[in-house]
Amino acid sequence: MLNTISFEAIKTAVQQWLNMHWGPHLAFIAECILIGLLVIVFFALLGLLLVFMERKVSAVMQIRLGPNRVGPKGWLQTSADTLKLMLKEGLTPDGADKFLFNLAPFLIMIAAMLIMVPIAFARNFQIWDINIGVLYISSIASISVIAILMAGWSSNNKYALLGAMRSGAQIISYELSAGVAVITMVMLTQSLSIQDIILSQQNGWWIFKGHIPAIIAFVIFMIAATAETNRAPFDLAEAESELTAGFHTEYSGMKFALFFLAEYINVFIVCAVAAILFFGGWMPFHIGNWEGFNHIMDYIPSSIWFLGKTFCLIFLIMWFRWTFPRLRIDQLLNLEWKYLLPISLANLLLMTIIVVLKWYL
Amino acid sequence: MHQVLSSTPEGIFTINVGPQHPATHGVLHLVITLNGETILKIEPHLGYIHRSIEKMCESLTYRQFIYVTSRMDYLSAHINNHACALCVEKGLQVEVPMRAQYIRVIMDELTRLASHELWWGAMAMDVGAFTPFFYAFRERETINEIMEETCGARLTMNYMVPGGVMADIHPQFQQKVKQFIAGYKNKIAEYNELVTGNVIFQNRMKGVGYLSTEDAISYGCSGPVARASGVACDVRKRYPYDVYAQVQFDEIIETAGDSFARYLVRIREMEQSVRIIEQLIDNIPEGDYQAKTKAVLKLPKGEFYQRVETARGELGVYIVSEGGTTPYRIKFRSPGFSNLSALNEMAKGGKIGDLVATMGTLDLVIPDIDR
Repeated sequence: MLNTISFEAIKTAVQQWLNMHWGPHLAFIAECILIGLLVIVFFALLGLLLVFMERKVSAVMQIRLGPNRVGPKGWLQTSADTLKLMLKEGLTPDGADKFLFNLAPFLIMIAAMLIMVPIAFARNFQIWDINIGVLYISSIASISVIAILMAGWSSNNKYALLGAMRSGAQIISYELSAGVAVITMVMLTQSLSIQDIILSQQNGWWIFKGHIPAIIAFVIFMIAATAETNRAPFDLAEAESELTAGFHTEYSGMKFALFFLAEYINVFIVCAVAAILFFGGWMPFHIGNWEGFNHIMDYIPSSIWFLGKTFCLIFLIMWFRWTFPRLRIDQLLNLEWKYLLPISLANLLLMTIIVVLKWYL
Repeated sequence: MHQVLSSTPEGIFTINVGPQHPATHGVLHLVITLNGETILKIEPHLGYIHRSIEKMCESLTYRQFIYVTSRMDYLSAHINNHACALCVEKGLQVEVPMRAQYIRVIMDELTRLASHELWWGAMAMDVGAFTPFFYAFRERETINEIMEETCGARLTMNYMVPGGVMADIHPQFQQKVKQFIAGYKNKIAEYNELVTGNVIFQNRMKGVGYLSTEDAISYGCSGPVARASGVACDVRKRYPYDVYAQVQFDEIIETAGDSFARYLVRIREMEQSVRIIEQLIDNIPEGDYQAKTKAVLKLPKGEFYQRVETARGELGVYIVSEGGTTPYRIKFRSPGFSNLSALNEMAKGGKIGDLVATMGTLDLVIPDIDR
């Protein structure tokens, strides 16, 4: 292949080495442990990176410098913050349901970690290509709302409860249009497997060759994704000026950090899913039959393509956050039930017609 | 589970917003009765930053007590000082030199701009947009620098004294103000582009926190809050003081009475402040900046009242003198207190999100309410 040191090559080498030295069962267990460790390390690094990115992006938008003291150009600021959070005491309020209170931050992290499974980071570099990949992602993503409700209710705090109830109403509503937007794309690809969806974009990404329905689906998916991750302008669950910190008001130290981290991981995940569905995941930018052009594009490693697209979309979501005011709870639900859901259903119908008549490339 | 979230069978419960809460911009404490997200009743609890300023003034001389008033509405420090100075001058029957009057009015309007700047940023922050705050502070910083150059301080300026101003303006003052004003007009357009025109923002503000004209009058509201409900109450226009009688400016009145109207009144007031400064800055007459007064001021026996328009509304200073060197009794009529009293009327029946959108447009400064 083009890249000798690709993720795919490393994966294959490790697999071969394990199978050569250990039995197949032991090798499989070792692989699982290795993947688990990788996911945790990846999460930690991603969290640090995204928090730093958010702070820098907000600084640019707000005509200020952002963190620039700890480490070169402030790169170690988020690590220092994490260290501080680790050293802080994780308080459990009196009168809280201790079991649920302590479980909630882990549940939200576990949900975020599980979604990683079918996401393809590079060519043939995926934990497990489940044949119902997209369905799996949207179903696991729903678990996080349970964690948020759990956190809000068990804190024994009215602000937290209000935040959690808002979040519950919001996530459940917006999952509908996010789901319909995903189904619209599945209609085109005719497969739920992430690998198939990416490979179907071999000669052009769906955003370009999927006609108008794909663009509408993309816009709706991005709006719904922002809402699902509880980020501004849909950050009602933790609306600072209304509910102090919403569902995680009572959390401190590392337990708070887990919620914080999960928010950023969820942002990464929804952007990764959007990149896969609409921008071809790790698939380089290909134009139909332009062999030469496509070949040049292939020289850029697939992991760069994937991460590049994902981070562009993350930037978009951060841009939303630092630009828009927050909606009110009834306006938020109006937007979903009166506008987004009907539009996405009509869009689905339109896409069905296009697919049936085979109008796509 | 324990005594979790006590509520009545109908689901009515109370929450305490404040004394420490991001939306109250200070130590205001609101006890809110809620049904789900709908507000049934709001009870403001005051007194967390009460410093007995009125009582303190009784033991300070007429020169000294003005400095304490900078700490009331700290965003309108100049205007508070101005009110006190005018009241004392009324008692002494001192003629203030024209130069001092011009400087005072320019300073008042710069203060109003700075105050509205901060309000605009905080208002946007209340409805969830963080970025405008930094844009507002960029301009506010310039005003603070101009103030610092002439007055020697950035927040509690203590520049106005009975009979005029404490010191002459800095040689660069006029040039710097003109430079600032020239650039500032574009800034207002930028604010409108950033926030006013935003659909989400308008949805949050329009029809929210309605205050009728009758209620505005009966609660004693003043300033932009009352003017947004159609009450013509600009003291600068109705009871002009210093050179306000000679400058051209419009009294901004809206009739919608909702949060968006209050927002628009303040934004358009900024334009009027710019207009006032433009008229005065080039024409500051030569002469004394302070009238000749005795070292120890003594007000004749009697009662004196003076009102001014601060950035928040009408500030009244009431002095009772027994003829000594210190006032016998001082009472301040602060705009924030009356405006806050109408909050229950405005936010009742709305959502929690509406409450912050309403409270933001009241432009509350808690030390002004408590004194």
